[in-house]
Amino acid sequence: MLRPFEMHQPESVEAASALVGRYGDEAAFYAGGTELLLVMKEGLVRYRHLVDLKTIPGLGALDYDAASRVLRIGGTVTHRALERHPAVRERFPIIAEVERQVANVRVRNVGTIGGNLCFAEPHADPGTLFLTFDAEVELAGPRDVRTVPMGAFFTGAYETARQPDEVLTAVRLREGGPHTRWAYMKFGIHERPTLGVAVALTLDADRRGVEDVRIAVGCVGPTPARVPAAEDILRGAPLAEVDGRLERAAAAAAAAADAVDDLHGSAEYKVEMVKVFVRRAFRAAAARFS
Amino acid sequence: MDAAAPAARPVVEISLTVNGRPHTLTVEPRETLLDVLRVRLGLTGAKLSCDVQVCGACTVLVDGLPVSACTYLAYEARGRQVLTIEGLADGDRLHPLQQAFIDHAAFQCGYCTPGMILAAKALLDEIPRPTADEVKHYLRGNICRCTGYKKILEAVAAAAEALAARHG
Repeated sequence: MLRPFEMHQPESVEAASALVGRYGDEAAFYAGGTELLLVMKEGLVRYRHLVDLKTIPGLGALDYDAASRVLRIGGTVTHRALERHPAVRERFPIIAEVERQVANVRVRNVGTIGGNLCFAEPHADPGTLFLTFDAEVELAGPRDVRTVPMGAFFTGAYETARQPDEVLTAVRLREGGPHTRWAYMKFGIHERPTLGVAVALTLDADRRGVEDVRIAVGCVGPTPARVPAAEDILRGAPLAEVDGRLERAAAAAAAAADAVDDLHGSAEYKVEMVKVFVRRAFRAAAARFS
Repeated sequence: MDAAAPAARPVVEISLTVNGRPHTLTVEPRETLLDVLRVRLGLTGAKLSCDVQVCGACTVLVDGLPVSACTYLAYEARGRQVLTIEGLADGDRLHPLQQAFIDHAAFQCGYCTPGMILAAKALLDEIPRPTADEVKHYLRGNICRCTGYKKILEAVAAAAEALAARHG
């Protein structure tokens, strides 16, 4: 049973921000509620005021700009809307693929991208994937709007760079070029993923060597994170001789993983799985060129 | 003012349509759609089970989309169409999904069945002739501890056939 609270229905981001500014610790932004209502039911948090972001016009917009090739995902866009959007399916198929596997269809119908990122539950998929797009997050506060790189957004388990009165208005990410392919691999034994690895692989024009690679590991530690040490080992590698380097890169990713023991498994186990899934995800991305 | 008087709880008036019938209700924002359906409207088909959006026993359709009514505020249903298992049959004539679940023995205890059938309805509305993998994927979030799922998958496939035949 939820404790009593008042529901506010602001019509602008400024009004929403001002409400949380006014009520402070007694208020929280509310979007899909798929995370927030669960912890409120458990009594882990208690808010007397929820500020519904879905009453703000435009916050649920999903736009692809062909000129800049940038996808702008409004904060209250649901997982399912993202999964099913034609431009996402055509231009960002990896996002549709990953979103299709988030939780279950009921959660995807209601849960929002902004809520998912701001709640910063470590066992989640979108943040890990967005890191390999070098995505940017738009945060609107009472006075201004700032842009935070995805890599600086997650600061800890359930913690982000967002100030309490800032609204996540959108995530922006750019479409990959003709020589880039993505893969995302995860596994889990509970409702939420135990481990997720995203790889964005860019080959050179004749597709014989690794021009660039972005690798992000999620779920095993407090925050999803890119693994520059692993990326550096693979960058410049001829594809025909990549196996040795991939072993070293996977080991580097495992070494960099800030794995924690939890119900999903021991840190030791997760570190081993990081190795396995970095290899698999890299090979899956490479296979998408053929 | 009587200082001892309890503070009035916040309420909100909502208008929604449930199984084709319009309702205007005064609810507390904290009330879930499941509580309103079961307690206020007496529609007890949707069940409370896990209470954390994992099991699917509370599945109802809001504007045609499955949601977990246990973790979905009644407030969210304002201005929307809600369908529960009680609204699926056409009078005494069962919906093809309901008939298929009977014909294929796709339930035993029945606790998951209303949610399972409504999720399957949303699937067939979206993809009238789903593959077996599409059915499994869509129903992944509806848990049945009796049937082992095989009978459910058979029933959904049969209902898809029946609906396709009906629509020519």
